Amino acid sequence: MSASENSIQLNAAGQLRHFLSIHGLSRGILEDILNTAEGFVNAEGQVVKKVPLLRGKTVVNLFFENSTRTRTTFELAAKRLSADVLNLNISASATSKGESLLDTLSNLQAMQCDMFIIRHSDSGAAHFIAQHVEEHVSIINAGDGWHSHPTQAMLDMFTIRRHKGAFEDLSIAIVGDILHSRVARSQIRALRILGAEDVRVVGPNTLIPAEVEAMGVRVFNRLDPGLRDVDVVIMLRLQKERMQGALLPSADEYFQEYGLTAERLALAKPDSIVMHPGPTNRGVEIEASIADGERSVILEQVTNGIAVRMAVMSMAMSGVQRPSRPVEPE
Amino acid sequence: MKCLAVCGGRVIDPATATDHITDLFIHGDKIIAHGEKPSGFSIDETIDARNTVVCPGLVDISARLGEPGTEQKGTIASEARAAALGGITTLCCLPDTDPVIDEPATVEFIKRRARDANQARVLPLGALTRGLQGEQLSEMSALYQEGCPAMTQANGAIRDTRVLLRAMQYAASLDIPIILRPQDPWLAGKGCMHEGAIATQLGLPGVPAIAETVAIGQIMALARQARVRVHFSKISSRFSLSLIEQAKSEGLRVTADVSINQLYLTEDDLLGFNSQCHVVPPLRSRHDREVLRQALASGLLDVICSDHWPHETDAKLAPFPSTEPGISGFDTYFSLLYGLVEQGVIDWAQLIRLASARPADILGIEAGSLAIGQPADISIFDPTVEWQVSPEAMFSSGVNTPFSGRKLRGRVRCTLINGQVRQAN
Repeated sequence: MSASENSIQLNAAGQLRHFLSIHGLSRGILEDILNTAEGFVNAEGQVVKKVPLLRGKTVVNLFFENSTRTRTTFELAAKRLSADVLNLNISASATSKGESLLDTLSNLQAMQCDMFIIRHSDSGAAHFIAQHVEEHVSIINAGDGWHSHPTQAMLDMFTIRRHKGAFEDLSIAIVGDILHSRVARSQIRALRILGAEDVRVVGPNTLIPAEVEAMGVRVFNRLDPGLRDVDVVIMLRLQKERMQGALLPSADEYFQEYGLTAERLALAKPDSIVMHPGPTNRGVEIEASIADGERSVILEQVTNGIAVRMAVMSMAMSGVQRPSRPVEPE
Repeated sequence: MKCLAVCGGRVIDPATATDHITDLFIHGDKIIAHGEKPSGFSIDETIDARNTVVCPGLVDISARLGEPGTEQKGTIASEARAAALGGITTLCCLPDTDPVIDEPATVEFIKRRARDANQARVLPLGALTRGLQGEQLSEMSALYQEGCPAMTQANGAIRDTRVLLRAMQYAASLDIPIILRPQDPWLAGKGCMHEGAIATQLGLPGVPAIAETVAIGQIMALARQARVRVHFSKISSRFSLSLIEQAKSEGLRVTADVSINQLYLTEDDLLGFNSQCHVVPPLRSRHDREVLRQALASGLLDVICSDHWPHETDAKLAPFPSTEPGISGFDTYFSLLYGLVEQGVIDWAQLIRLASARPADILGIEAGSLAIGQPADISIFDPTVEWQVSPEAMFSSGVNTPFSGRKLRGRVRCTLINGQVRQAN
């Protein structure tokens, strides 16, 4: 059964046909994504204006959860690949039953759509949909529950590689709400597959998931030792609803203990970079001067997101087109 | 009255210390002799039981049938038949139906449907509190007299500790056993699988093992005070076992069961978001599975249940957290039990104790023995047959099984209920 999670993303030739999670993909495929994305970026770091790779294809942004930036960059990426784009925002409450999710899907398939970009609040939603679409349709996961956000992780890897080169000798700290973060889970997987040995997660125990060490990370409860001598600092967004209740006492206290300030950043390597999947809560997880400072690559991440999404979409589309034997066990 | 002979089978009945090849003779609905045909007895029908095991019919302490309320999942008729064909002669259905089994009329309705079906006997478990709301006690005496052998809160918890104590005290006054699935509702939260490395990997909210142990600790303290008979339902964590051992050695009137699913499947089976393995309580680690298996032979766990819960196909067709928990278990139950014998986890006598004699004791019903004079509730099981689980060929109307495609050894050839033969075709 674990094989299905790994193999469902690949066609018989071992090429990407869906992009659901980083888990189960090889280092070769992740490097292909990064290299393909490089091809969409010029020397100044700007994304090419338009290529015809997805001409005549229809891409549907199927968002069951609100998102502005992710949806927009997917839309831009699809348009720069010359695809037609349809945006559908469906409130999760209207489709809380699985049958209507499948109904929605069959209707869209009947309209001859070629690719679905899915965001859903249930972990496993993209896998579920990928198991039930027709063979010519490709699924890209734009975030499912707490599970996975693989394009975000790959744009982060792209950004890190542009600044740091190889991953092997890097120390990376991921700080904040690891428990509820699909971004952190995907980043950890990607970093480990790409060869990073020292991946740290930093946060209070209320925000660290059980047995996370099994994913190949070290846990730090305190920020200072967690940041010491790292090359990359990744700050996670703290959702509003986590700031009260029993997970944390308050946003203020969180900033006191886990907020990234200039003083704390001094513990990291002098050439370290600061990342954030956005949108940032200034004064909660990160000081404004750091978010806007010279070591911050936060806006670059957004730009790179377009190139990486173009890479993933074009690779997956060519992965479904290749005539191949079905790879799923069922 | 019809006279029936079951000939040439290996008759196993720990209650009468029987384990040898012999014949059984049945008159009407009762077992009347072992071995020698009684004089003056003329046989109307002979069942050739050579190469089979002839044992007391299974008694399943925890199952769901779908009816009343969710007949798209299963009906009393369809599921009582599937149970009978799976070697189960008596089953208890949980009260979390619609309406809830919290008044005698609902009990009467279920009993009537089961009588009409004329398959496995169905004993409804009564709701411990009205509407299973955990606030007001149900009319336990009336439910008991109508035929509920025990009261239970099903999958829910009584959040108010004082209500739980009162429910125990009242049940103890009437000497009615209560069945509780231990789970602290706050610690379980919205969890849908075992909290551990796999849940972390899949990004699914977890139910920690301590949700079970904390609840067991609380129930034990209250039961000590209330002096009630408590049966713990569907133990899932290895950490619960030492608590149960402590309760038993202290002399508390405590028993416990484990679901057959928990003895075969683990959290690893959820990789790939396999909704067929979404169950309550969640499948735990391999280590838990091994320790639970060991507790069968030692008698620390008293009972195995099928935890049968049939569903329509759509109930499992959704992203994992939105699917309904439960496995349709009647079709595979006996073969999986026998698998434990084949693997050397338990022997045949222990199987019959765990799945027939002990649950019958706990429920206070006349079953689980082939002694002369007992009701002729008998399973005839062929351990030599090998078969492959196929949803299309299941007798239950719920085809939600994670064992689809699995090859199992041993299958029920036929079942006698009240001396009447129940058999496929």
